[in-house]
Amino acid sequence: MSDLRAALVSRAAALPKPPRTHSTPGLIFGALVLISYVVGLAVLGVTPARLAAGAGRFFGIVGLMFPPSPGSAGHFWTYLGALGQTLAIAFLGTAVASAFALPLGFVAARNVAAGRVVHFLSRRMLDTVRSVDTLIWALIWINVVGLGPFAGALAIASTDFAALAKLMSEAIETADRGPVEGVIAAGGGRLAVIRFGLLPQVLPVFASQALYFFESNTRSATIIGIVGAGGIGLYLSEMIRVLEWQEAAFLILMVLVAVAAIDAVSRRLRAAIMGASRA
Amino acid sequence: MPHIIATLPEPQRAALAAAYDRAVVARRRYTLLGFAVFLAVLTVAAIGAEVDPAMFWNKLGNFTSYFDRLLTLDSGGRVWTNPSDWFWGLHRWLRLLGETMLIAYVGTLSGFIIAFCACFLASRNLGRAAWLRVTVRRVLELLRTVPDLVFAMLFVVAFGLGPLPGVLALTLHSAGTLGKLFSEVVESVDMKPVDGVAACGGTWLARIRFGVLPQVLSNFTSYALLRLEINVRGAAVIGFVGAGGIGEDLLIAIRKFYYQDVSTMLLLLIICVMLLDVTSEHLRHRLIAVERAR
Repeated sequence: MSDLRAALVSRAAALPKPPRTHSTPGLIFGALVLISYVVGLAVLGVTPARLAAGAGRFFGIVGLMFPPSPGSAGHFWTYLGALGQTLAIAFLGTAVASAFALPLGFVAARNVAAGRVVHFLSRRMLDTVRSVDTLIWALIWINVVGLGPFAGALAIASTDFAALAKLMSEAIETADRGPVEGVIAAGGGRLAVIRFGLLPQVLPVFASQALYFFESNTRSATIIGIVGAGGIGLYLSEMIRVLEWQEAAFLILMVLVAVAAIDAVSRRLRAAIMGASRA
Repeated sequence: MPHIIATLPEPQRAALAAAYDRAVVARRRYTLLGFAVFLAVLTVAAIGAEVDPAMFWNKLGNFTSYFDRLLTLDSGGRVWTNPSDWFWGLHRWLRLLGETMLIAYVGTLSGFIIAFCACFLASRNLGRAAWLRVTVRRVLELLRTVPDLVFAMLFVVAFGLGPLPGVLALTLHSAGTLGKLFSEVVESVDMKPVDGVAACGGTWLARIRFGVLPQVLSNFTSYALLRLEINVRGAAVIGFVGAGGIGEDLLIAIRKFYYQDVSTMLLLLIICVMLLDVTSEHLRHRLIAVERAR
């Protein structure tokens, strides 16, 4: 065996050297990434000592979480109601966002937009709205409609209509030109082109994206209560603040189960929609 | 122009037309049913979310006037008439914004490292033992499902206030999401180079290094850049629970109605996020070009 190995090694040494695969700019870039990472760790105070001390406390907390319990039956029903409210916020937010995103997607699409200026302005507007996080939107809407789940639904709708409209306009831009030209050839106007040429192609993609957003919104809606915009997040942040670890763990478990259930339902629906569009 | 389109005999045409009408009606009925279910769920959701259209309509003026107030200085003028007043706290906010970006960067990269190590164990084609693969997958799922802000709240209690819990929260959440995406990428690689390395006597690590890594690295980087964009937005609000960055100042400013501060911080944040998005999009397009050239 060692003979074979020695023979292989000597043969490998005799072979011409393979070309160097590392490029100098790539190496410099890698070094920069690494250096800024180390500097970042130092600046942010991520030290092994602090990590070890905190990890000890964290696992102590995890120990206190067992067994997760809602405290009392009354609490349980309150939490269940809050979870329902969370789902309602996510659903309503996504629905409103979709209703606004569909027409806006057409405005922002390059091949439909009235002109370059409209295309550019609508895209920049959507980017601006998108770069503000849902929680910040929630704070702004709380100022308008007051504390409660309505503000949360509006916040989710605000962030997502921009993201959905962007995706929508991209789907329209990549749509097949064939049906569009067909409608034009048959004498269809601008609206007919959209209705019969583009919408049948874009709608399944859009529906599946909207469902995907609904999934991710159930996650966002669980934390939106932290700033007072309704849902289970309010109770979760409250229980963590007063160090009721068993109840906090129960709430986290409820969120996990709800998110998993929504994921499963939405995955089946999406598969059905995409399957129907292909058939 | 002579009539050259042949027409079917009337009874045959009528039968076909009736069949077509029936198909259309069936389809319409199906669509309407779906729409009715959707409306019912929407109504239930609207009641659950305490929607009040009348109140919304009456208070909608608050929304526009809120932005009006955002653009008004405490002294009463428009913000752009006196930039030095508007940006009075620029030094502090830029430092906090830098901290925000740093939290996002360090969190994403740490998450990348964890996800990188975990994805090979979690993938179906390279995973070693079945029990290990299932465990790693479940852990990644858990990390992905718990929102980063919930992690941040827990870590603030365990590690104390400051950027450290923020970094850890983003790290864990990113590890969960990236780990899933990475393992999907690894599962779709071409296995021939891997088999080649194995045939030369390469160990498991050598197979990954020379067989898999060249195929997946550009994809991994592209996903990590996307995650970085998301994490910068996340890091901006992680301060809401005291985990570092500009979030805490922003929360206080919004809660206490320091309108001109809110508008400055939002403006800086939006500029920052947009610059990052543009850079990252540029980098990702270059990565795709590199991939295509190969």
